[in-house]
Amino acid sequence: MRKRNAGLSSMTVLLAACTWQVYVPAQAQERYAIGRDATPAEIAAWNIDVGGNNGSNLPPGSGTVERGRAVYAEQCASCHGEKGQGGIGDRLVGGEGTLASPKPVKTVGSYWPYAPTLFDYIRRAMPMNAPQSLSDPDVYAVSAYVLHMNGLLPSDATLDAKSLSAIKMPNRDKFVGDPRPDVK
Amino acid sequence: MKQESDRPSAASRRRFLQGAVVGGVAASALSRDAIAETAKAADNLPPNVPEWMKTPGDPAGSQPYGTPSEYEKNVVRHVPKNAPQYLSAASRTPLQDLDGIITPNGLFYERHHGGVPNIDPAQHRLVLHGLVEKPLIFTMEDIRRFPSQSRIHFLECSGNPIYTKPYGKTASDLVGLLSCAEWTGVSLKLVLQEAGLKPEAKWVVAEGADAAAMTRSIPIEKCLDDAMLVYSQNGERLRPQQGYPLRILLPGFEGNMNVKWLRRLKVTAEPVYSREETSKYTDLMADGVAREFTFYMEAKSIITRPSGGQRLAAPGFHEITGIAWSGHGKIRRVDISLDEGKSWQEAQLQEPILTRAITRFRFPWHWDGKPVVIQSRATDETGYVQPTLAELVSVRGENSFYHNNAIWPWRIAANGEISNAQA
Repeated sequence: MRKRNAGLSSMTVLLAACTWQVYVPAQAQERYAIGRDATPAEIAAWNIDVGGNNGSNLPPGSGTVERGRAVYAEQCASCHGEKGQGGIGDRLVGGEGTLASPKPVKTVGSYWPYAPTLFDYIRRAMPMNAPQSLSDPDVYAVSAYVLHMNGLLPSDATLDAKSLSAIKMPNRDKFVGDPRPDVK
Repeated sequence: MKQESDRPSAASRRRFLQGAVVGGVAASALSRDAIAETAKAADNLPPNVPEWMKTPGDPAGSQPYGTPSEYEKNVVRHVPKNAPQYLSAASRTPLQDLDGIITPNGLFYERHHGGVPNIDPAQHRLVLHGLVEKPLIFTMEDIRRFPSQSRIHFLECSGNPIYTKPYGKTASDLVGLLSCAEWTGVSLKLVLQEAGLKPEAKWVVAEGADAAAMTRSIPIEKCLDDAMLVYSQNGERLRPQQGYPLRILLPGFEGNMNVKWLRRLKVTAEPVYSREETSKYTDLMADGVAREFTFYMEAKSIITRPSGGQRLAAPGFHEITGIAWSGHGKIRRVDISLDEGKSWQEAQLQEPILTRAITRFRFPWHWDGKPVVIQSRATDETGYVQPTLAELVSVRGENSFYHNNAIWPWRIAANGEISNAQA
């Protein structure tokens, strides 16, 4: 996948088109009739991934920066530091302007390209000792608080699917596709 | 025979002399140990009959699941000391202690993002949904009913190693997040066909059933090519550390994409842009721009014997051997340099030479006892040549973190001690 990010979608369409020429005849092959239909309820309960770039599949509900401050203090601060400065867990705050320096500081604020990814990751994997234990409103709230600590939301903000998807992260345009082989 | 039985004594004298330099107390302790060791060892050497011939050994079945000899107890995975935590962490394969191309299951490198789950296979399910005609759910028994295949492929963590000092001392320190196994499972293509892909299907999001619910997006063309759903490794069921009871295998792709404990495949039109594929496994260049979706592991090699931390006992014949691999296919050749990279000579490649698998190379060599730098350089079937660290850094800077496939030279000192020539 040697391409710039801007070319990603057209390249992918092209590749997918090639793939389909291979795939369509194969589809006509006999199926094995292995497995059973997954029910809508089974799928819905496990279908937790959120589209990082567009917020697709974000759940209903909302959370405030204020509520997030309390959730963060209780659930997150022991590993990530009271102010998101890091500890056992990653640093979450600061680092703007360091990515092109000899000591880049990669945080949510300085590096992450997409805000909905924050909701996705916190819900699926955090806190590390009890993942998938936070309610969706609390995941919104703590996402809001982390964004607030990075100066990306005011202290009186409320975050929901729409507002989270609308946030443009500072480093969003600094990702490109794989240009390798890049040596020789 | 006389000459052979003299050898341990000569070795103990050397140890005694080395100890004497350290200090009197240590030297006398060392010499006592050395003498006792020599006396004991000599009891089992010709012309004596060794003790293990004089009584029967352990009965068959005394170890229902066999383990290595007690004399190999130091051949273990290397776990880093003082990591901030060990749930999202790694342990490394002791490459310099292994032969051939297959990594024993107990020594296969580990990289987890939320610890190792203990999964009851009877309670494990794989859900396949998204842009498919017929969303499906599979038990492990279902998965094993599909036509199976076995293939040998390497797996390598993309951060193996990073670009900055301190560089490691041993082959394991440098590239021990690499292992190779024979994998058995089912072609992912067959399973996707079972559900029927919709025309807009371009990516498959794989999710693990671990505490990190590890998530990566995989391009559909890889899923319809050589990707597998794997349930066995080197003939036995996957180890928990490798994803028991089910993982995805993407030959040649960076390790973390080969999602372990696989519970869900969601067919999508776009990548999901998960935390792992945006904030983590992206390669930061010196200008602050980061590369994303850098899937392939490029061609690489390392000499594993003689290598860092080892010592050549004496000048004379020594085989140089090591391993080479490429995510882009087969290894075409490996060259060896004995003069700091000024000139190169072709090594012998050991059969089998398999696509996206470790290939073993060998090079017969006489060491004259003088200091020397030895290194290996791989070329794969695409013609790609393994670069030096300086060449990589000149293009990518030192912040890139991932996909360092540099040549790693070893320096052999006049006393036979081997160290990392870049350190």
